[in-house]
Amino acid sequence: MQRKLILASPLLEITISRLCQELIENHQDFTDSVILGLQPRGILFAERIHQELLKATGVNIPLGRLDATFYRDDYRRRDPVSPNATKVPFLIEGKKVILVDDVLATGRMVRAALDAMTAFGRPEKVELCVLIDRIYSRDLPINPDYIGKKVNTLETEKVLVEWKEQGHDEDRIWLIPVK
Amino acid sequence: MLSTRHLLGIKDLTLEDIELIMKTAQEFKDVLNRPIKKVPSLRDVTIANVFFENSTRTRLSFELAEKRLSADTINFSASGSSVKKGETLLDTVNNILAMKVDMIVMRHASPGAPHFLSKHIKANIVNAGDGTHEHPTQALLDSFSMREKLGDLAGKKIAIIGDILHSRVALSNIFALQKQGAEITLCGPTTLIPRHITELGVKVSHNVKETLKWCDVANVLRIQLERQQIKYFPSLREYSLYFGISKQMLDELDKEIVLMHPGPINRGVELTSDAADSHHSIILDQVENGVAVRMAVLYLLAAQN
Repeated sequence: MQRKLILASPLLEITISRLCQELIENHQDFTDSVILGLQPRGILFAERIHQELLKATGVNIPLGRLDATFYRDDYRRRDPVSPNATKVPFLIEGKKVILVDDVLATGRMVRAALDAMTAFGRPEKVELCVLIDRIYSRDLPINPDYIGKKVNTLETEKVLVEWKEQGHDEDRIWLIPVK
Repeated sequence: MLSTRHLLGIKDLTLEDIELIMKTAQEFKDVLNRPIKKVPSLRDVTIANVFFENSTRTRLSFELAEKRLSADTINFSASGSSVKKGETLLDTVNNILAMKVDMIVMRHASPGAPHFLSKHIKANIVNAGDGTHEHPTQALLDSFSMREKLGDLAGKKIAIIGDILHSRVALSNIFALQKQGAEITLCGPTTLIPRHITELGVKVSHNVKETLKWCDVANVLRIQLERQQIKYFPSLREYSLYFGISKQMLDELDKEIVLMHPGPINRGVELTSDAADSHHSIILDQVENGVAVRMAVLYLLAAQN
């Protein structure tokens, strides 16, 4: 099976800017809003959203990186995932948290992230923003509030996100077969 | 993933294992600096702390590490147990394991006790000190603390000063530091340096001042009077005169060195009080890092079932 391109420039930029417009619609001046990128792969997407919102609104929204490895419920049941740095240099007590990840599939990582977040306070509200939503792959009742693109995938497929920041020529999102 | 199911000694670890433990420990150190210091990673794991020898720091540190990982813990100490009635080590441990325990953290006075156990039981074993042999988690936390101060340890000069003969900390540190590419000099009276230790590729010195001038880190060990059945030196006063380290000696050096001690300190013997409490000393950082490093070890070993 070949890899299949599912999203690339210029549609990708349009998608990101549409997500930002939706965020602006709901958060307006972003008082009390914070962005949390989910480690490891949600970070670059969270940074894009952050930059785009800075350009559009002039507001520098606090941006953190959250690693939920230690909170996963499948530890010891599959190959261990090595942890990444958590950098949340602010308290999320009473804040509106925008949780950002690149791909949403089973929802287990998001569940773990909701758990991990409580170490930094009790947020007033948590919203989920994903670039790719793998519909019909969910193990848990978790749904995103902001969706870049919905993709119907098989279990034998995987979504691969490539960013320029990682050294790729273009931002591209692929659907690839899993061996 | 670690290359081993048990942490019996540093000797069995690869450099990749050490790097993985260091990286994981760094993330746990972050966790420990948060308002809520607990993660749920090991909530389905039960750990028994089996201590056949006295301990304050190590035992508290392991217990705290286990609690921060949400593991269930039970504690066992030899005094006041059936060991006094003549139960064997294997029987004692098998009885503990029959209560559905997943991991054993053990300290024992006999070198090799955890290695023996690892051949007979299924649970993961962490050696918390076996006689005068190894104390792997202490060496790992020492390396972690040195790396915080100095960065990469390759080519760094580390002195281990004091009672090398009776020290499990020394042997584990030698293995750990050599794997990370550091140079090592052991310093102490001839009677407290094991014969043939230079076979391991370490240098030996009997001059503390020279050693301090040479090193980037001085890891000072305790004189273990409880293990010394014969006199290895005339008196504690004479030992401290020749091998004790004072703040003045550290201040006279033309560079900053890092002073470490695994504890408990015999103040006035191997270190004077002003040296132990000086800005050179990272003794309390070592204790702090101990919890994070032990969390990393337990976390990584728990995945090995």
